[in-house]
Amino acid sequence: MSDPQQHAVLEGWYTLGPQPHLIGSRCLSCGSYFFPRLSTFCRNPLCEGERFEELPLSRTGRIWSYTNACYQPPPPYVSPQPFVPFAIAAVELERERMIVLGQVVAGVQVERLKIGMPVELVLETLYREGGQDKLVWKWQPVDQP
Amino acid sequence: MSGEVAVLGVGMHPWGKWGRNFIEYGVHAARAALKDAGIEWRDVQFISGAATMRCGYPGYIAGASFAQALGWQGAEVNTSYAACASGAQALAAARAKILAGGCELALVLGADTTPKGFLAPAAGYRPDDPDWVRFLLGITNPTYFALYARRRMDLYGATVEDFTAVKVKNAAHGAANPNARYRKRFTREEVLESALVADPLRLLHVCATSDGGAAVVLSSVEYARRHNRKAPRIAGISTVTPRFASSEVEMPDIATDSAAAAQSHSFRASIAEHAYAEAGLGPEDLSLAEVYDLAASMELDWYEYLGLCRAGAAEELLRSGATRIGGRIPVNPSGGLACFGEAVPAQALAQVCELAWQLRGQAGERQVADAKVAISANQGLFGHGSAVILKR
Repeated sequence: MSDPQQHAVLEGWYTLGPQPHLIGSRCLSCGSYFFPRLSTFCRNPLCEGERFEELPLSRTGRIWSYTNACYQPPPPYVSPQPFVPFAIAAVELERERMIVLGQVVAGVQVERLKIGMPVELVLETLYREGGQDKLVWKWQPVDQP
Repeated sequence: MSGEVAVLGVGMHPWGKWGRNFIEYGVHAARAALKDAGIEWRDVQFISGAATMRCGYPGYIAGASFAQALGWQGAEVNTSYAACASGAQALAAARAKILAGGCELALVLGADTTPKGFLAPAAGYRPDDPDWVRFLLGITNPTYFALYARRRMDLYGATVEDFTAVKVKNAAHGAANPNARYRKRFTREEVLESALVADPLRLLHVCATSDGGAAVVLSSVEYARRHNRKAPRIAGISTVTPRFASSEVEMPDIATDSAAAAQSHSFRASIAEHAYAEAGLGPEDLSLAEVYDLAASMELDWYEYLGLCRAGAAEELLRSGATRIGGRIPVNPSGGLACFGEAVPAQALAQVCELAWQLRGQAGERQVADAKVAISANQGLFGHGSAVILKR
């Protein structure tokens, strides 16, 4: 982690350096991926695996569906005042065959999104607390400057 | 699963935002159901409550809370929690008790008092709770409803007009329901002019959260016969869990199962399949359905999950008028969640109340002609869902 003022709002769920990625795990017996990462007992009912490797999930995927939040969500969401609506995307990761939800980067509205659109994972500040940026993963259209 | 039980009586407390203790609604509904069944509370041998997490300890132990409020009389007790399917799980427990010969008369009930606005998780720093995590990220219930709605638009050509037509239809159905919270016949324009909540869904596409209570008295078929009661039968109850890898983006998870090493399965389709299999009936046998229209768009998903039409044909079924009262297969004749708003632990039982009234020909202006077989379906958090089939 380069900047001491930057912290993950969910510690250990994603890396904070350049080219950030979600941290998942894969069952060493059956090959199923898990996010949030799993390190105990495999959830595939046909698998008795108890050993996992931690690994970075794909940083890029395609939008499976999308929407936005026009009303301020309740806590634990920490909202800027006044509330600023944001877009949300469900993104399909090809290798993992898994869909992961997340906010879309600030400033990109739903009108710019399409199902199937390629996106990449970036970090943005979810909120600031005690002089620290609390970072979270967000999806960004790959054509975004 | 073989064996049927009789629905001897049903009762509800009207849905609304009454702000009173949930137990009051439950007891009101229970007394109505007992009266409808023609039995006394002291004759009930098993009480099965649907839990409400919002209402503290009395909510966690709903079965005992209701039993105490009705007056301790020594009945055996059960409490079930399965989010929106809690009522169906409580019903399944009562059915099992009857079929196992453990009792002849059971009372099943659920009631809720809800806060204003979004349903929110318990406080604290709790990253192990997916419900807490998704709210931290700003992902509310309507987020999920809207993701499914947008998907329908992209895959099947659904339009916001279709979602609006579902709401207008259900509002027209519910206008004649004395237990519904919203009895206004909303127009297309009113729906389309309501505030955007989660694109493409507007406020009047998304259901509210309500206070309410519903109760069902079950008996053995033998008891109903002995007392010369013509009661509808429960022919099937489904409380199945998903199968890995579950393909659907499920509330409150922020990621699906990975289908990298396992076949992908549709959870919602499996809910109805199990109920049909238990009942030995299929979608072609249905006279009506009550489905979980958390958002108007989700009613269209249920047409397909219940097998009323093939995948992608729900809009066509809606536009044909088949799902209105008077159509081939009316859906949500009660008005659905559009008119009730969600009172989580009571909702699956409220659906059963409507099925019973319909099969008994006592649904008044919203009566579906000559209703013989009916199904309810719902789905809630954490891989819970249910379907109940009643037949005359």
